[in-house]
Amino acid sequence: MAAITLKDINKRYGDGFHAVKDVSLDIADGEFVILVGPSGCGKSTLLRMIVGLEDITSGELRIGDERVNEKAPRDRNLSMVFQNYALYPHLTVYENIAFPLRLAKTPDKEVDERVRRASDLLELDEHLDRKPANLSGGQRQRVAMGRAIVREAQAFLFDEPLSNLDAKLRGQMRTEISRLQKRLGITTVYVTHDQVEAMTLGDRVVVLRRGVVQQVDSPRELYENPVNLFVAGFIGSPPMNFISATVVGDQLHTPFGEWTLPASRSADLSGREVVLLGARPEAFEDASVVSDTVRDHGVTFDATIDVIEWLGNEQYAYVPYEAPEDIRARLAELERELDSEALRTQLVVALDASSRVPEGRPAKLWLDLRRVHVFDPESGDNLTVKAMSARGERVVDAGAATAAPAGEAAAETGETPTVP
Amino acid sequence: MDEQQLSRGTKAWWWVAGVVVIVYALFPVAWIVSLSFKTPSDLANLQFLPTNWVWDNYDNILAGDAQDLFLSALRNSIGISLIATFISVVLATFCAYAIARLDFPGKRLILTTALAVAIFPVISIVTPLFNLWRNIGLYDTWPGLIIPYLSLTLPISIWTLSAFFRQIPWELEQAAQVDGATTWQAFRKVIVPLATPGVFTTAIISFFIAWNDFVYGISLTSTEAARPVPAALAFFTGASQFEEPTGAIAAAAVVVTIPVVILVLLFQRRIVSGLTQGAVKG
Repeated sequence: MAAITLKDINKRYGDGFHAVKDVSLDIADGEFVILVGPSGCGKSTLLRMIVGLEDITSGELRIGDERVNEKAPRDRNLSMVFQNYALYPHLTVYENIAFPLRLAKTPDKEVDERVRRASDLLELDEHLDRKPANLSGGQRQRVAMGRAIVREAQAFLFDEPLSNLDAKLRGQMRTEISRLQKRLGITTVYVTHDQVEAMTLGDRVVVLRRGVVQQVDSPRELYENPVNLFVAGFIGSPPMNFISATVVGDQLHTPFGEWTLPASRSADLSGREVVLLGARPEAFEDASVVSDTVRDHGVTFDATIDVIEWLGNEQYAYVPYEAPEDIRARLAELERELDSEALRTQLVVALDASSRVPEGRPAKLWLDLRRVHVFDPESGDNLTVKAMSARGERVVDAGAATAAPAGEAAAETGETPTVP
Repeated sequence: MDEQQLSRGTKAWWWVAGVVVIVYALFPVAWIVSLSFKTPSDLANLQFLPTNWVWDNYDNILAGDAQDLFLSALRNSIGISLIATFISVVLATFCAYAIARLDFPGKRLILTTALAVAIFPVISIVTPLFNLWRNIGLYDTWPGLIIPYLSLTLPISIWTLSAFFRQIPWELEQAAQVDGATTWQAFRKVIVPLATPGVFTTAIISFFIAWNDFVYGISLTSTEAARPVPAALAFFTGASQFEEPTGAIAAAAVVVTIPVVILVLLFQRRIVSGLTQGAVKG
């Protein structure tokens, strides 16, 4: 077990492509860190640089107290689970798991003990004599994990380990990985493009965009206080709604009415003409079911809902609206970066399951203004979060991986660093 | 094609076509086998089956007059082909691995050169080689045949094996390295076992090429010290000057075919496709 420190790490490929730009990160001992971002954001490259399969162009990588830039993968004592598992097809499950130990010339008795312990932990006992070709996807995944945990590695690295499983199995394995990591208490770096995995697994999440770190924070912070449009749009499903607004004095003129933000949410908007307001689907509600005690904290407006998706525990309503051309272009660009496609500007609104708002007719919706963010459409910065940080209401300085959150997170997970 | 989708008529036609091809390919072989069991007087009677089945021809080449000529040639053929195959497969494995895995300047050059060597007419280099070999003392020796055989077997081995190596997922090797293997260990413990079917296929092809060669065999040898079977057959003589040694040649041809058949039967189990199945998902 060891901490991993990245300092100004850069990766430039032979063809000049700058895949990873000045990434600095402190991963505390025992911490579970997620690298997340849309495809091509450099997250896998970063992981492969940590494990040593990719050269580091510049910067320093330390594992424990040691600089490992120049070390071969086998000397770094890390273990990795590959996206396609990379099991050795000519070996049995037992020998697959034992492979790292055999290479280390471990005595047979100890190999047996440790393989059995790992297989017990992963419930692979009855499959030990089988070949990987005869296993199901989930079993192969577990064998790959067995091979990773059998060795007392300094850290686990996961490269999109669940992306080849179907949805149900993915959910189960996610829980298993989380449980396993807590039990073993080993530093873990996990790469995924799936923001649900990122939110559920990590102590801290690193959001990457085109090789640049956008924000390093706990899942809760990422969700509640994203530092820019990119993070706001990437984290959360359905994604955050963005509404264009014209600044007129203290008021914000939106397609849905004229709103005034409460003091806790306001930012210095003088000199700005247009801003983007961001609101999560659950910040909205059917005006008729909002209790009077909170009604005053938000605004009520009329909107025409064209489609409703009822999911049982809640329902999503879709409200199309017209946005100015430049804002629409900006949002379309953001969607492209997030690997999705915006067909139209619309609000996605989460309503209470009991709400009986009809489709296709105007309805009264309510928006909780305490949960609205103000973004600069040009730079994408979250002005609300900036203002909060400036006022000292937000402890964590977004965007920088300082020692403070690392320590915090380690304290959370480091409680029971027991090896099975 | 799915068999059940074939109508009965189509199926019948496939059968007929298959039988035609098999008869066309195997009839000469059957004829030779039949010839090898005929008595000299039967040879030209234009009948497929011998009137008397006799082992005389086999006696002749294995224990009789032609024994010296044939058995030494058989020994030469087996030895030279095996050594040439072994060297070619080992060299080609390393070469193909480098070509499939590494990005280095001149990679294409190696592949195109190998191809060029393979398509270069053998007959055009035999005469210069004959002179060179006589001058440096390789004429009529085993190495004198093994070296030119390598020029025939290496190109095809490199091509087959590099195609095979390309199919092996690179992650396996990376996984081995992360697990603590050196490059050599990763190659030996992961890549080589997976490449085994490819190596066997290549070895069999190489062996056949060396085994069947006639031009080098007849041109670069002069005595039984190195003369391989295909060349030796040309030196068989009949019982008298006016008698063709057809029966003996047929028997020898059958005998040299047997190792080839045995090899294929032995190794076809090793040439299983899909050994890499299960290594990676989809």
